[in-house]
Amino acid sequence: MSYIPHTPEDIKQMLGVIGVTGIDELFKDIPAGLRPRSFDIPAGKSEAEVTRHLCRLAAKNATHLVNFVGAGFYDHFIPAAVDAIVNRPEFYTAYTPYQPECSQGWLQAIYEYQTVICELTGLDVSNASLYDGGTALYEALMMAVRLTGRNKIIVDSGVNLIYRTMLYTYTKNLSIEFVEIPVVHGQSSRTEFGKHLDEKAAAVILQNPNFFGAVDDYSDVVEQVHKFGALAIGSFYPVSLGKLKSPGEMGFDIATGEGQSLGIPLSFGGPYLGFMSAKKELVRQMPGRIVGATVDSEGKRGFVLTLQTREQHIRREKATSNICSNEALCALRAAVFASLLGREGLKELAEHNYQKAEFAKEELSRISGVEVKRSSPTFNEFTVQLPHHADEVVYRMIDKGFACGFPLGRYYKGMDNYLLIAVTEKRTKEDILGLAGSLEAVL
Amino acid sequence: MNTPKNLLYTKDHEWARVEGKTAYIGITDYAQHSLGDITFVDMPKKAQALKQSTYCATVESVKAASDVYAPFSGTVLSVNETLSSHPELVNQSPYEKGYFFTMELSDEAEKKNLMDASGYEHYLEGIAE
Amino acid sequence: MKLIFEQHKEGRRGFTYEKADVPDAKPLAKKYCRKYDTNLSSVSELDVVRHYTNLSRLNFSVDTNFYPLGSCTMKYNPKFTERVASFDGFSQLHPLLPQLSGGGMLAQGALEVLYEAEKLLAEITGMAAFTTQPLAGAHGELTGAMLIAAYHKDKGARRKYVIVPDSSHGTNPASAAIAGYQVIVIPTGRDGYMDLNEYKNKLSTETAAVMLTCPDTLGIFNPHIKEIADMAHEAGALMYYDGANLNALLGKARPGDIGFDVVHINLHKTFATPHGGGGPGAGPVGVSGHLVDFLPIPRVIRRSDGTYALDYHSHKSIGYIAPFYGNFGVILKAYAYMLRLGKEGLIKAAEAAVLNANYCRARLKEHYDQTFDKACMHECVFSAARQVKNGVHALDIAKYLIDKGYHPPTVYFPMIVKEALMIEPTETESKETLDGFIDVMIEIARLAQSDPSAITRAPLNTPVKRLDETKAAREPNLRWKP
Repeated sequence: MSYIPHTPEDIKQMLGVIGVTGIDELFKDIPAGLRPRSFDIPAGKSEAEVTRHLCRLAAKNATHLVNFVGAGFYDHFIPAAVDAIVNRPEFYTAYTPYQPECSQGWLQAIYEYQTVICELTGLDVSNASLYDGGTALYEALMMAVRLTGRNKIIVDSGVNLIYRTMLYTYTKNLSIEFVEIPVVHGQSSRTEFGKHLDEKAAAVILQNPNFFGAVDDYSDVVEQVHKFGALAIGSFYPVSLGKLKSPGEMGFDIATGEGQSLGIPLSFGGPYLGFMSAKKELVRQMPGRIVGATVDSEGKRGFVLTLQTREQHIRREKATSNICSNEALCALRAAVFASLLGREGLKELAEHNYQKAEFAKEELSRISGVEVKRSSPTFNEFTVQLPHHADEVVYRMIDKGFACGFPLGRYYKGMDNYLLIAVTEKRTKEDILGLAGSLEAVL
Repeated sequence: MNTPKNLLYTKDHEWARVEGKTAYIGITDYAQHSLGDITFVDMPKKAQALKQSTYCATVESVKAASDVYAPFSGTVLSVNETLSSHPELVNQSPYEKGYFFTMELSDEAEKKNLMDASGYEHYLEGIAE
Repeated sequence: MKLIFEQHKEGRRGFTYEKADVPDAKPLAKKYCRKYDTNLSSVSELDVVRHYTNLSRLNFSVDTNFYPLGSCTMKYNPKFTERVASFDGFSQLHPLLPQLSGGGMLAQGALEVLYEAEKLLAEITGMAAFTTQPLAGAHGELTGAMLIAAYHKDKGARRKYVIVPDSSHGTNPASAAIAGYQVIVIPTGRDGYMDLNEYKNKLSTETAAVMLTCPDTLGIFNPHIKEIADMAHEAGALMYYDGANLNALLGKARPGDIGFDVVHINLHKTFATPHGGGGPGAGPVGVSGHLVDFLPIPRVIRRSDGTYALDYHSHKSIGYIAPFYGNFGVILKAYAYMLRLGKEGLIKAAEAAVLNANYCRARLKEHYDQTFDKACMHECVFSAARQVKNGVHALDIAKYLIDKGYHPPTVYFPMIVKEALMIEPTETESKETLDGFIDVMIEIARLAQSDPSAITRAPLNTPVKRLDETKAAREPNLRWKP
């Protein structure tokens, strides 16, 4: 049978050594009454058959559309070298580096990933990855609750609705009180924050750029948050950090985010990469694996999993998190991506995104009936108001070959005519002009 | 194992050196030895109220974390700040430089719940068997 | 090896973008821009490729070494599943497409993969329905604990406790605790099974669930499992199945038939998706009929016309636990694997896995102690207690194995076995490979008596010698600094 190397002779010999006459005897501990009531699985297929079947299914998914949908998940170019590295089986068929002497490659790569995240976010320490941007935000929230001993969380409604919903799901059975701050003219309302910030607050949660694409400088909010002894937590878009003020510069205590934009394919929602970095005094409350540098018995530099007493395999029900498997291979993608681009490449990438989105704003604002929202600056994503329901426009644009954006009415009441448009470096001038032309035609 | 005569001991391997109404608190030579190289001590806060036999600190080695329980009820007077940068003192000098904190006892009668040195030595022999 | 940051040379570039083809825009106001550049390295593409290629060569992996890491099911990961997952139709697909108006038809192939994968997993485990959303095993446990809480709440009860045996994976009590439960730990009895009397004493109408691994972490099928499940149900508690060890049971027993109400599966274990150096995994969760309404949204449904859609209409759902539909790329590989093996292949996988583990057990049991001398399922657990008398610990044995080119078994777990060595060979390893490993293990047992220092000074052939983990924890150095 496929992938099983045993010959009939092997099996006979092995059963002899074990001292049984047949394989069935090895399963005798399972009582007859507990045998499967059914096991109605189709017969196996050849590699070629399965490949053909999945090739057909892949073809049923649209890849021809010019993509302007972002909403937290972006269509960036992935250099071929990233794939070449993560396709090395010495990386992808290994497991968590529990035994450091035969896992130095993985451990060093994660140490480098942690450095990349610290550099991007301007904070002191990073862990080895979490599942995704939403669970990273949840873990940050739990850190704040433990650190402050408080249970009130103030969330800006510019934080991705999917993430906010995840926070509510995860904390349903814990006594956590949420306050949502409305977004006014696309930005966080300072007055509303002022009303709700008090000594009961464990943390304030913000996002930059926010879900509408608006860029902000949260330094003033963070300062207020600290006055009340609470923690400032943010969700950030790593590509934007090649240009935008870093969480560290704004004074954030914990930075999290979705790392998908760092060389990870969209892949219909995963696997992605949750990243987290924090001020160094918070490191013992961080969830998940952390790699540290040390020396071997001959004084040579080497790397190990460290500060493990935080983790479930040692601390069990008192652990800082239940996470075990993380997204190491995606973290490796991010590290290789960042190394290829380097300091200058990352700035260039961020700048291209900004420039192209600005160009798209100019072109779209020429269309009668389309209003580009300009109350706050944006990075590579922005909001437009349309004369009709955005769902209808999106539907018509698919026929024209465009996934033209994300209709905000899906997430926000009263925003049925609003569309969120993302323009990455992958979109050419022709793509953008095509978008504008087609939009004009369907309106 | 070293068990100084002038101290009181708990079954969870904490020691206390009582001087009037105040006491120095730490973990025993046996405890530090079984944990191995101590890497971190999570201390109670100054002025924190403690209750006898309830959690008050955590002591960590590379592969283990162990809870420390208050030998007496009372209030934390001071913590041994040196341990934050030199946790190895718990291994090197568990009864002197490696003490965890000092506290004020709220009920001196609680002393009767602890063992003296010979009682603790006897208790350790029981564990060894 | 040097860090990539230590190879930096000003002016060198590894990747450049074409010149922007749009006119210069008005610059963003300074207050929104970062003041300080990052210290990412400036290196060439070859620098990067050579650096990470050389790093990869410092790792043991399934493709290069026998990797009998107990509880992790490090079986061979078929290459064709990697190719399938890289098809543009899957890898380039934006997860929000089916949520656009008229977009459902743009992702029919992907939705079919999810729907069919759920159906296969449900049949394999005997559960009524599955969600593919959980992103790893522990994430599945947390999802399961939240489903259990929602179920009890719906019945008007708020139960406080989750019961786990002391031999359980650390994730079990951790998941229960962060879901808001208090954890009750039941000790292992002298017979190697969860102490039934202690279990009966602790089980009450305040118990929300009992979390078990089956076969348990000693690799043993608990003959009292049905009794345990019946007692839990009588008390109104639910049974949770930690699927880490499902590989042993494929086609031989199904958690649903045994009486489990909630099940998570580690696709990266039983269903052969690669472990990726610690992830990504995937931890789909299956439930029995009375829990289906609580599953996370959206659910993938098949319409009467044969098309697939996302269904958000479930007022009892616990909500969103992942941004979309789970680790799609991983689910896709597991789906391809299930189709490839089919019914017979899955059964043969379990049989060969159990055969291999018992062969290791039979050949090693004279040389190493067993806390519980019983026939095993997919993995066998030994203790190095005999070797410790000569100063050779489980950790030393692990290091010597590395020198000989074998990834060590899981050591020091389960915690109830002193100096534990947990060996899970999996079905894809040949008799010759097992014999090679077993011979080294026997050599170690012999050396532990005649020349213990030969073991304790290992490893000698590795890029680094034993590392100072105490220093790493006392003086954390967690990132490079310029």
